[in-house]
Amino acid sequence: MKSSRFSDQVIALTCLLAGWWLVASFVSSPLLPAPLEVFEALSKEFREQRLVESLLVTLQRVVISFVFAMLLGGIIGVLMGRFRLVNRILDPILIILLNIPALVVIILLYIWFGLVEVAAVAAVIINKLPNVAVTLREGGRMFDHELEEMSVMYKFSFQQKLVHIWWPQLFPYIMIATRSGLALIWKIVLVVELLGRSNGVGFQLHLAFQSFDVATILAYSLAFISVVQLIEWFILQPLDRKASRWQKGSSHV
Amino acid sequence: MFEFHVEGLTLSQRQILSALNIKINSGETHCLLGPSGSGKTTLLNLMAGLEQENVVTIKGEAKKDNYWSPHKPEIGYLFQQPRLLPWRTIMQNLLLVEPDKEVVLKLLHEVKLQDYADYYPSKISLGMARRVALVRCLLLEPELVLMDEPLTSLDLPTAREMRGLIKRLVCDHPTRSMLYVTHDLDEALELSDRVSVLGNSPAQVIYNSRIDDISRNELEALLKH
Repeated sequence: MKSSRFSDQVIALTCLLAGWWLVASFVSSPLLPAPLEVFEALSKEFREQRLVESLLVTLQRVVISFVFAMLLGGIIGVLMGRFRLVNRILDPILIILLNIPALVVIILLYIWFGLVEVAAVAAVIINKLPNVAVTLREGGRMFDHELEEMSVMYKFSFQQKLVHIWWPQLFPYIMIATRSGLALIWKIVLVVELLGRSNGVGFQLHLAFQSFDVATILAYSLAFISVVQLIEWFILQPLDRKASRWQKGSSHV
Repeated sequence: MFEFHVEGLTLSQRQILSALNIKINSGETHCLLGPSGSGKTTLLNLMAGLEQENVVTIKGEAKKDNYWSPHKPEIGYLFQQPRLLPWRTIMQNLLLVEPDKEVVLKLLHEVKLQDYADYYPSKISLGMARRVALVRCLLLEPELVLMDEPLTSLDLPTAREMRGLIKRLVCDHPTRSMLYVTHDLDEALELSDRVSVLGNSPAQVIYNSRIDDISRNELEALLKH
């Protein structure tokens, strides 16, 4: 029997909701609210305009951190992949950064620079940058030597090499870094907000935590997971499809 | 006439080429014969200026673009593999070398690939991809074309067709010279005006003459030597 990917996902989500509802009904405690209570909390936060405002603030921090982490990490990673000397110098630093707990970076930056926006965003960037660099370093190492030679022989300009040779080879690695980056960054942003900001989803979670309001905690979590899923469906997947058009499907454009 | 001269080439502490001198007259097709692993591709890369980073010693020091006299010719290099960008269509690949679409289409027509301009390289055969690579090479309007066994891995009819194209578009051109590397005697006898035979370890020219001055049997004997 054939089934589409969409219907598979609907079945999986329905099973999850049903399981949640069953366990919540069995436990019958405010510490594990039923799905309906969570949706009521979501609706209340939306009506009182806290939900959209908090989502936008958090999303803004996610976007800024993501762009800087991808740019800096990408450049450092590709240079490490292409030049052995750069790799030898930066590799030990990268290993240290990869192994510092996210929480330590956040606390240190808040202590050094105060509870300010720049410290919050910088903490997220520093946490994500090494992962991007490691992924893009692999991309830089996998550059096709034969295409490099061809580009020299046919006198490609730097811009032509960048657009037509390097970028297409790096693209799969950029997508890996983007997906893992989005998943990691928004989680770190919530911690940063919880510890030292007075707005955003993390701050709302902090308020709900103080009153043990599990329904609101789950409502904000679901809302942000939905936002990330929408980014996946409407930005990342179309980009993926466009970039991999040459590998499958029709024989020509 | 172009003259290529090196005192020797050592890569990773192994001597690949001995001192050698190759003269290529204007409009001449010069065939370079030699057994596999004799350093033919390395020699072509050196001629094209692609081997400089790895050159350890040429007369004691690495030189750059200094192997040609009186000057380095405009070179078009047909690699053994087509080396097309798989994520760009045939037309997009060629437009990177020559931005004038009309010129590209005219040459694509010459090799009967005008209907495949919008195809991706993965969707055409190896023979067709080699023809596209030949077009790309000619778009540079080179004075000297370097060809590295361009008929390898092609079936007989496709190889015959490709050989005809090379003859028509390169060999029959009045001023375009070609250095054609192969280990196939038939290709050498059909295409070349002059032949050089490369000996093994380290590579050196052990024979050089006009193709009419040597018989097939003598060439075979030299290659087995």
